[in-house]
Amino acid sequence: MIKVDHLAKRYADVYAVNDISFEVHQGEILGLLGPNGAGKTTTMRILTGYMPATSGSATVAGYDVFRDSIDVRRQIGYLPENVPLYPEMRVSEYLSFRAKLKKVPYRERKKKIGESIEKCRIVEVKDQIIGTLSKGYRQRVGLADTLVHDPKILILDEPTIGLDPNQIRQVRQLIKELGEKHTILLSTHILPEVEMICGRVIIINKGKIVAMDTPLNLAHQLRSGNNILLEVRGDGEKIKNTLSTIRGVKKVVWQGNGGVNNYTVEAEGGMDIREDIFSNIVKNSGVIREMKQAPVTLEEIFHQITTQEQEVTI
Amino acid sequence: MTSVCTIFQREINNYFLSPIAYVVIAVFTVFSGYFFSVMLGITQETTLRYSLAYTQFILSILTPVITMRLLAEENKTGTIEPLMTAPITDFEVVFGKFLSAWALYNIMVVPTAFYIIFLAWVGSPDYGAIIASYVGIILMGGLFVSIGLLVSAITKNQIVAAVIGIVALLILLVIGLASSGNEGWFYSSLRYIGTYDHWDTFTKGIIDTRDVIYYVSFTALLIFIVVRIVESRRWR
Repeated sequence: MIKVDHLAKRYADVYAVNDISFEVHQGEILGLLGPNGAGKTTTMRILTGYMPATSGSATVAGYDVFRDSIDVRRQIGYLPENVPLYPEMRVSEYLSFRAKLKKVPYRERKKKIGESIEKCRIVEVKDQIIGTLSKGYRQRVGLADTLVHDPKILILDEPTIGLDPNQIRQVRQLIKELGEKHTILLSTHILPEVEMICGRVIIINKGKIVAMDTPLNLAHQLRSGNNILLEVRGDGEKIKNTLSTIRGVKKVVWQGNGGVNNYTVEAEGGMDIREDIFSNIVKNSGVIREMKQAPVTLEEIFHQITTQEQEVTI
Repeated sequence: MTSVCTIFQREINNYFLSPIAYVVIAVFTVFSGYFFSVMLGITQETTLRYSLAYTQFILSILTPVITMRLLAEENKTGTIEPLMTAPITDFEVVFGKFLSAWALYNIMVVPTAFYIIFLAWVGSPDYGAIIASYVGIILMGGLFVSIGLLVSAITKNQIVAAVIGIVALLILLVIGLASSGNEGWFYSSLRYIGTYDHWDTFTKGIIDTRDVIYYVSFTALLIFIVVRIVESRRWR
């Protein structure tokens, strides 16, 4: 549905987006993940025809974003960052203005507006003035606007930014539901969000793509740091030494207080050494109070990838 | 064209939802009424001509107030982004906004019809001159609004937009006024650029094609420039 080919955008001498290529398939929810200033918003603005790229090309639903900008815009529902709305208008008024702008035919307009109001659960505020709404409702009004012309593709820039945890949950749920009918490209710098809603992730940093895969695969790929956390009662020093002798152990970090010791055992990727650890500790008359595998979260991957990148560029 | 209507409708509603329309109309009515009564008292002539000279001055101050928020507000709040990513061209946005401000300008002038009724009651005014004056007011409005729109397009701050707009319009008024009575190519070109002379012809009751062309072409040029400015975000 969206095809981006060697896209670049330069402001003065700084590349905001530097030679990125990716595709968004029909019916997919793709997450664009990156630290602030990585080029997420710029990419989205190029795709929505708000600004042109310096070089490269992009097509949306078969239309070129530079040449057939108006056609592209008809296919897209775009939610800009911070959701700018007209504060003096009523919600229903605003949506009908937007529907008219997006050329929703007169006969369908009322129905389409009603549908998007219902989908985004803003029925109770539809006669309120937008300026009086809370951030969560505004966000949903913005979403209702993106849906009003029933576009094939939704482009959502930081859809959950600035919301409280309950509202974040509601908006995420909503996006998930929308993903059943629409192709979605969303950006965020919040990692659990991607894990929860996206089928595929692109991590970008400093305008370049540094990783692209499913959240699960990314986690697998980078499971080289296979950490096991232990809580053991016994002779701390002795147990530390015996743990270091196990085959495949790279590093043992020991933190002791009184009789209870905490260890972080770093093993080589792909090796399961938990049973060896158990028997070794028992041999040294230690008592295992807790043993668990530290889950590799996207957070770590993200940190790893973006800092690696930094080291390379320096 | 439907998009132009949509923009126009929203802007007009916006004017009447906010106090701007009422304030501007009230201020204009008070001042134009004052000048009308004073000039009538001095000249004892059943004509709008003398009071309209001052009216131009009030219009120069009030028109930028009408236009100040048109694009500056969208730039500031970021609503320009959803607007420009809707399937609508830059020209349609600019033209819709231009028409809405021009419409409010004309609505603002409507109460002056009362003065004509008054003149007709006390004497017999020259209706030809009055009609020509109103054609002049409307055409000049187009020019004033497009200047205000231009200023609004280049700033994010409404107050800055209003102040620069007022200064620009006053300069345009003064360069014509100050060089009247002087000879030579320099003064005559200033007179041509300034609005005063063109406007003066209308109040005398003459609709001259040259003046009509002056206003229409100047307005069209400015709208074209505004569209380019709005577009400029694409290559900045």
